[in-house]
Amino acid sequence: MSIKIQVKVNGVEYSHEVEPRLLLVHYLRDVLRLTGSHIGCDTSVCGACTIHVNNKATKSCTMLAVQADGCEITTIEGLATNGELHPLQEAFRENHGLQCGFCTPGIIMTAVDFLQDFPDPSEEDIRQALKGNLCRCTGYHNIVKSIKHAAEKMKEEVAV
Amino acid sequence: MSATNGIIGQSVKRVEDKRFITGKGRYTDDIILPGQTYASFTRSPHAHAKIISVNVQAAKAMPGVVAIYTGADVAGLNGVPCGWQVNFKNGDTMKEPKHPLLVADKVRHVGDPVAIVIAETREQAVDAAEAIVVDYEELAVTVNAAEAVKPGTPLVHDDVPNNICFDWELGNPKEEVDQAISEAAHVTTLEFVNQRLVPSAIEPRSYISSYDATSEKYTLYTSTQAPHLIRLLMSAFVLGLPEHKVHVVGPDVGGGFGSKCFHYTEEALVTWVTKKIGRPVKWTAERHESFLLDAHGRDHITKAEMGFDNDGKIVALRVKTFANLGAYLSTFSTCVPTYLHGTLLQGLYTTPKINIQLTAVFTNTTPVDAYRGAGRPEASYLLERLIDLAALEMGRDPAELRFKNFIPPFDGVNQPGYQTQVALQYDSGNYHGVLTKGLEMLCYSNFREEQKKASQNGKLLGVGFSTYIEACGIAPSAVAGALGARAGLYEVGQVRVQPTGKVSVFTGSHSHGQGHETTFAQVVAGKLGIAMEDVEIIHGDSDSVAFGMGSYGSRSIAVGGSAIVKSIEKIVEKGKKIAAHKLEANADDIDFANGKFTVKGTDKSLSFGDIALTAYVPHVYPKDLEPGLDFSSFYDPANFTYPFGCHIAVVEVDKETGEVKLRRFIAVDDVGNIINPMIVEGQIHGGVVQGIGQALFEGAEYNEYGQLTNGSYMDYCIPRADDLPMFETANQVTPCPHNPLGVKGAGEAGAIGSTPAVVNAVIDALWSGGHKVKDIRMPLTSERVWKAMQG
Repeated sequence: MSIKIQVKVNGVEYSHEVEPRLLLVHYLRDVLRLTGSHIGCDTSVCGACTIHVNNKATKSCTMLAVQADGCEITTIEGLATNGELHPLQEAFRENHGLQCGFCTPGIIMTAVDFLQDFPDPSEEDIRQALKGNLCRCTGYHNIVKSIKHAAEKMKEEVAV
Repeated sequence: MSATNGIIGQSVKRVEDKRFITGKGRYTDDIILPGQTYASFTRSPHAHAKIISVNVQAAKAMPGVVAIYTGADVAGLNGVPCGWQVNFKNGDTMKEPKHPLLVADKVRHVGDPVAIVIAETREQAVDAAEAIVVDYEELAVTVNAAEAVKPGTPLVHDDVPNNICFDWELGNPKEEVDQAISEAAHVTTLEFVNQRLVPSAIEPRSYISSYDATSEKYTLYTSTQAPHLIRLLMSAFVLGLPEHKVHVVGPDVGGGFGSKCFHYTEEALVTWVTKKIGRPVKWTAERHESFLLDAHGRDHITKAEMGFDNDGKIVALRVKTFANLGAYLSTFSTCVPTYLHGTLLQGLYTTPKINIQLTAVFTNTTPVDAYRGAGRPEASYLLERLIDLAALEMGRDPAELRFKNFIPPFDGVNQPGYQTQVALQYDSGNYHGVLTKGLEMLCYSNFREEQKKASQNGKLLGVGFSTYIEACGIAPSAVAGALGARAGLYEVGQVRVQPTGKVSVFTGSHSHGQGHETTFAQVVAGKLGIAMEDVEIIHGDSDSVAFGMGSYGSRSIAVGGSAIVKSIEKIVEKGKKIAAHKLEANADDIDFANGKFTVKGTDKSLSFGDIALTAYVPHVYPKDLEPGLDFSSFYDPANFTYPFGCHIAVVEVDKETGEVKLRRFIAVDDVGNIINPMIVEGQIHGGVVQGIGQALFEGAEYNEYGQLTNGSYMDYCIPRADDLPMFETANQVTPCPHNPLGVKGAGEAGAIGSTPAVVNAVIDALWSGGHKVKDIRMPLTSERVWKAMQG
């Protein structure tokens, strides 16, 4: 049995017939071939698959593709606008906030949503916000630093 | 030849980052080949059981199933080999039972594969694998290494008596050490478990294989740390394939920490199957499979005794260890508890008598192999716990006790290397320096006051020290060979200057987070005096790169980087000949600096680009010189390198709940010369957190049935952002005297130094509250700490 879904991903409309059991992350990776969202676990803990569904950070392994019918989705591939990196992407590069890069897209997507709600976070706020994302390379030090720096940069931009 | 444009030593931003932050990384599971199929495995739910029958009939008839193979189908193939032979004390060869690609007779740990299913989709493969009916006869199980050697314990392999793979010893004669311990004024004894860890690279292992019938060539994309090593092991030892017809690619790899440098059964199986079915085959581990199959780390049960004289000088160290190897021998499993552990028991101290007795044991558990640090964390944990505990027991200051016992500074040039009692010769060291620096950063003089005050306010504050050494940059091939390695441990670096002066560098090292594309480009750009943008680093492809041993043991810059420098030296030497000819001078009179070949004492010069072009358009050219500017070098190091450092943890223990809060963590590391401080600091952070993870959060737990009871991220706790403070790091630089960059390696240092610092800090906190506890089993959960406080 297949079910028809319509989604808007990174500004592009898609329509596909999908199996009801297909996870959203598999839809993005296998059907749309947007492989920037990664799968690091099978218990919805690691956060490597985090995307935005209707502008909210969501682990795309926790949703079925059919549940995303009618939704607007942004993945890491759609974060930069007109070839210009998002301040968070820039900050991760500037502050060595990534090593192997596998958890990075999920962490950046989590952080983008977090800074929308908490534009002036403390170190503790940032660490709390990252609870749902695992990184095994960086020890989080430079991730926290990256998010802090991005927040400052984004505030400056708003002020200007 | 020195750096000429100042790039070496700068925190250059990473060139590889752009693809990762935009979702354009290319990891193995991202690769889709036309017509690809998916593999899934039927795995044993039992830790130890005879296979009575395997029925695949129902599964074969399921939708989308392309093929199914069982143990009987691969019985004629070899198993995956072990790369390091260790002999029994009596000279007998270690026991080396077959590690089959699929099991036909009896399963030996939970997750052991019984059948592989190939299907059109991932879901169909999983469905069919679940439909295979295996009839098992369960057998009694053994999981604990110290128990497994006792008479009457179930045998993991019927032909391995007492489950002993080998016994082994190193150091001074045991009688001498026994005597020194018996005559010591004070002996500190510690019996402890260095618990089993799950490596947990966030990218699960993934393989995709294909076979081209026209060229008769296999291609395997694999999430590996060592593509050439996998090609060699798989083609020559397992499948019997012609090596030149096997192309192995390690694309972007999402972390390894050791667990991805071994050759796994799935890797060989998907390669074997792709030719059988004539279509590409993909397999990506699900996380629960990673927990059950990726080689685990550590798992030592140890009794260690350190003897002191009346003055606090260490007189002897006696160690007895059981090392759990799991159900089969993984690639480097046998060298980890021996040559990467026993050899490090000198630590930073002048201990005159050392002896280790070690027994390596099979159990019904996941194989154990190198995990970040590999043997060296076990050694540093043993030593650093003992010396902090000894200080508490003797009422001495832990820092003073270390200063008293440190090997005096030596640079390996004006002073010789330090010969240990356990086979190694340290290259260079200044151990007083790192501890002095660490104490300054801590403001140690104030700490004990704070500790007293905290205690009056209902909190227990503790400080823990760890002054570690490691041996990395493995290793001189001849030494490794004499110790049982079945491969050389050199590295390959090829530098190809293109006609336009742009440079392609091919390295046998592999980057899976370390940033080689940046660090190695800095080395090349710095040495040649050209722009970073003019250098590209190519790695991870067995058809592009001549050969390579891969990245593990913190060897990339020390061995792989040195190989590149050797090739650069050849380029410069040839460049001088070309320049001399064009400038009508003698090659000996040509200087090379800042990207220019100059006749000494004149302003006559040619740029690096001019020389490159001339080498490829050799119209005006030395008569006896070949055209082209492309050199390859195999660099075999003269010795290991020996990074060292001082890690200090400050913890607060809640008297009511036993909860441990890590308040500060100070890391002063000496990794020799540094090419990119930003990257080195990042490596230290990551290593430190894996070590903290072992101290406070992580530990694989098997029950009496051999079931891993915490085999998911819901149950196995790797550190999260809110478990940790910001780190305070600093470097001291004592160059390595025997490689051209003076570098030592930084990948594992953090994980080797940090664990004992944290545990020592908790013990110190407890002693400050009057709880004279010698040991708490890691990880130090609230429950365990609370119980320890209750006596």
